[in-house]
Amino acid sequence: MSTVEVPPTKHVGQSLRRKEDPRLITGRATYVDDLALPGMLHAAVVRSPEAHARVVAIDASAALARPGIKAVYTGEDMSDLLAPLPMAWAPPGVEIKTPERWPLVRGHVRHMGDAVALVIGDDKYVVVDAAADVEVEYESLPVVIDVEQALKDEVLVHASLGTNKTHEWSMGGGGDIEQALAASDVVVQRRIVNHRTAGAAMEPRGCIAEYRAGALTVWSSTQVPHLLRLFYAVQMGISEDKVRVIAPEVGGGFGGKLQVCAEETMCAWASRKLGRPVKWIETRSENMAVSHHGRDQVDYVRMGATADGKITAFHAKIIQDLGAYFGLLTPMIPELGAFVMTGCYAIPVVQTDIVGVLTNKFFTDAIRGAGRPEMTHMLEVMIDQLAEELGIDPIELRRRNFIAPEQFPYETPYGITYDSGNYEAALDRALEIVDMEAFRAEQADLRSRGVLRGIGFSTYTEICGLAPSRAVGPSGFGLGIGLYESALVRVHPTGSVTVYTGASPHGQGHETGFAQIVADRVGTDPSVVEIVHGDTATGPMGLGTYGSRSLSVGGVAVAHAAEKIAQKAREIVAHNLEADPADIEVRDGRFSLKGDPDQGMTLAEVAGCAYVDATKMPEGMELGLEQALIYDPSNFVFPFGTHVCVVDVDPETGKVEVVRWVAVDDCGPAVNPMLIDGQVHGGIVHGIGQAIYEQVVYDERGQLVTGTFVDYALPTTMEVPSFETDRTETKSPSNSLGVKGIGEAGTIAATPAIVNAVIDALRHEGISFIDMPLTPLRVWQALEQARGDGNGPRDSEQGASLPAQGEGSAGSGPTIPEGGRS
Amino acid sequence: MIGAEFDYAVAESVDDAIALLAEGGEDAKLLAGGHSLVPLMKLRFAAPSLLVDLRRVDELRGIQTGGDSFRIGALTRHAELQARADMGLVAAVATQIADQQVRNRGTIGGSLAHGDAAADLPAVLLACDGSVVVRGPDGEREIAAADLFEGYLTTTVAHGEVLTEVRLPALTGYGYGYEKFNRRAEDWAMVGVSALVKSDGGVCQDVRIGLTHMGATPLRASAAEDALRGQPLDAEHIAAAAALAADATSPLGDLNATPEYKQHLARVLTRRALTTASAA
Repeated sequence: MSTVEVPPTKHVGQSLRRKEDPRLITGRATYVDDLALPGMLHAAVVRSPEAHARVVAIDASAALARPGIKAVYTGEDMSDLLAPLPMAWAPPGVEIKTPERWPLVRGHVRHMGDAVALVIGDDKYVVVDAAADVEVEYESLPVVIDVEQALKDEVLVHASLGTNKTHEWSMGGGGDIEQALAASDVVVQRRIVNHRTAGAAMEPRGCIAEYRAGALTVWSSTQVPHLLRLFYAVQMGISEDKVRVIAPEVGGGFGGKLQVCAEETMCAWASRKLGRPVKWIETRSENMAVSHHGRDQVDYVRMGATADGKITAFHAKIIQDLGAYFGLLTPMIPELGAFVMTGCYAIPVVQTDIVGVLTNKFFTDAIRGAGRPEMTHMLEVMIDQLAEELGIDPIELRRRNFIAPEQFPYETPYGITYDSGNYEAALDRALEIVDMEAFRAEQADLRSRGVLRGIGFSTYTEICGLAPSRAVGPSGFGLGIGLYESALVRVHPTGSVTVYTGASPHGQGHETGFAQIVADRVGTDPSVVEIVHGDTATGPMGLGTYGSRSLSVGGVAVAHAAEKIAQKAREIVAHNLEADPADIEVRDGRFSLKGDPDQGMTLAEVAGCAYVDATKMPEGMELGLEQALIYDPSNFVFPFGTHVCVVDVDPETGKVEVVRWVAVDDCGPAVNPMLIDGQVHGGIVHGIGQAIYEQVVYDERGQLVTGTFVDYALPTTMEVPSFETDRTETKSPSNSLGVKGIGEAGTIAATPAIVNAVIDALRHEGISFIDMPLTPLRVWQALEQARGDGNGPRDSEQGASLPAQGEGSAGSGPTIPEGGRS
Repeated sequence: MIGAEFDYAVAESVDDAIALLAEGGEDAKLLAGGHSLVPLMKLRFAAPSLLVDLRRVDELRGIQTGGDSFRIGALTRHAELQARADMGLVAAVATQIADQQVRNRGTIGGSLAHGDAAADLPAVLLACDGSVVVRGPDGEREIAAADLFEGYLTTTVAHGEVLTEVRLPALTGYGYGYEKFNRRAEDWAMVGVSALVKSDGGVCQDVRIGLTHMGATPLRASAAEDALRGQPLDAEHIAAAAALAADATSPLGDLNATPEYKQHLARVLTRRALTTASAA
């Protein structure tokens, strides 16, 4: 018997290179637009140039006269669709006025780009030319773009609803908010605009729909193939078993492909009508105009505290700009943020009041973080505002209010139970990296030389791992379905493994991380564990990828299935070794006897028993080595961390440059640290984009001003620093892997760190607040105003709006201490 | 993002291109690097009936150095310019055009003929007092930079003419500075300032200042130039001259800037560019 301890081979925790990358970086990946079917037709959509109008007449004769054009369809042609496009949130006890949305409009257009007609032809170029030939007569109607203007109901987006206000949703906890604020020593308040942004995935949306012999197959660039199957079945009146949805390689989603897209339903309908496959590929121009936008709230926030810096109350009134219709989850987005309104602080009294308002713009919906970036922005910006008001260091103020490690599981005033946390530890680690003393010395030195450097913190927590089905489903929060996840692990006769997951990735790295999880459990190498996803015909029902759910829900499902395989394998091995299954362990890539590792079997040998030589199976055991299951999480997960941003502001031009970024995130034990880094990097860039560069702008007539990547300024590698990432690891007790989501954390954390850093750089100039995006113009205007009127920060009107944009860009009012000392 | 239908022809020579343009009628356009025209076509802001591709016209390539001037073939790519340290300001400016992919395709002739006041090279040609050579059915003519830029995306290169060569004085003894202000590295300039300064014992002998994106055409900051010429090149005089940089400009506001902000930027950037040019 060997006495040398050989450490078990373990893949979880290693920065295994992404299995996906070779095909992606050598151009071997297959996206929807790479596919062509025999007899395939192409579609182009005729879109409204008007933001609000009655469609008087549509003349398609010139388009139909073009060679190669097969058909032009309007909304009336598709009147046999059985259901409008879905909105999947029906919270019990809340009335929501849902505007009906069909793939093609029926009589009215309500935003620029609204779909008026569908042109089908046999060439992708000719359909675009023909779409331009379709003559549509519009009778213009009044337009309302500004969300607070829309709230007045002077111009109605949907006259039939009688109001632009679709719903109100309130949640309070811990006591009466007004009493709590009145009893506070100090109250700071702000109007904070969280402006509209775009998802801007590298691959635009697209699909091929093929209806043949009574069955519909749709290849879609989607995050949610199983949900699409369900909705196509309902809309088209096809039995769900006759619908197959395949997500081939998906080039980014960011929430933009967590949607039931009008264009895809149109293609499915047209394919059935014409008996041929129909392909539609979104252009970048369409992507900017009619792929759903995100954010877009005007927030009125108040934070109360004691003189010694204990936060007593936090109130947010959120005016949500819905756009002209609802997408799949539109009205629900701010509510998701409300669940973490207290962030990582023990705030005793909170209140969230949300009002949803229609405007003549494209609809907003879930974009990376979905409600949580907006709420975290309010909270973390207000912490700094409060710190300034109280004259307490913002880091110290955070410490005074952190929920302590021993308080977990911690129930917030909203009844949400935070699973685990150690906020001090993440902050301390970030401070070790940053060295505040050195920073302040450097800041002073640079300032004397005309460089305005600032530092900003964001100590965040968020709610993800969507989601415990009882809590979020129809009888709970009111989503149309529970958000469990499925896994099927199939060991082949030769011992290699195929894993089917209902999570449907679009860049995250499931194929690598899930393979690591399975390999450790069944004693094999990740290179022979293939992860199959994105095809409703292969595995069990799945819910898709969004809400930082894939690992903590889908990954845990995969782990549980693999553990059941391992248990069966142990029994088979024990049978063959004449040992007790409890004495069989996975070690060095095989199943072996504890204490005598020379005795054992490889997974291939086990599979040989299960599939090839039934005599080696225990009596009564089913043949095969395969396990399917659905995992429903018992709670959400709550990742957290500290992000630190350092900026330089040019005092003459107002240009903000991010020069350093330190991120310490805690998403539990790492399955693959490199995948975490990748998510954190991308998330921060997303936040930098919103905070400094990106904004979807409509003019007062509802015309999209930012219709290209020239005007919609996504940051590039030239605009971001090299990120310094680190982690702490606090296990979640909610799942067996102890993991939490990380896909959205960077985006959720980032924006307030940037705003706080810019304010830190400019406070001595008399500036206490500027709204995002912190464009050179906006920062220069704030500087001009502060220098011009010579007043302190509380009296100046900083964050002046961009000129003539009429949309979500207005500045914020001053801080008004209301409570006073009692 | 799919352009309208068009015809396409490849010219074998400048004369061939002139003939093809004549045949193609008023909606025919020349295609050089394609990095201004093709994006406009994809958005259907431009819909030429015929594209005459110049890619095989080798006589339009290459840079000739002769005495006190450079003669630059119209098809010379930005990437070639950026590698020519001996070309001073032009090389420094070319380095900052868009991104490397664009610089690998875009051409100096194409950029100047496009006449975009937000592009980097037009104001440089103006500041250098350079010129372009054009050839058409009626022969060849030279157009001074001051006479080239007519209005928004409009030059005095006539329809049917081919811009064949760019002529730039060597400007030996001039220091230079280029300040490009944009939100992202790859963007067009919100405002750009190119400055050329000839110093004699710390006194400004000559100065030229080109303004990018401060109007419908590239501009010279004449008042600032006049204020500095003959003055000591110290911080005080440079600042005083730069304060005049936006005089006589009336830039339009856009998504990123108000007219006042652009004028402010022009003054700040002029001071910075002059400071760099004077230190050289």
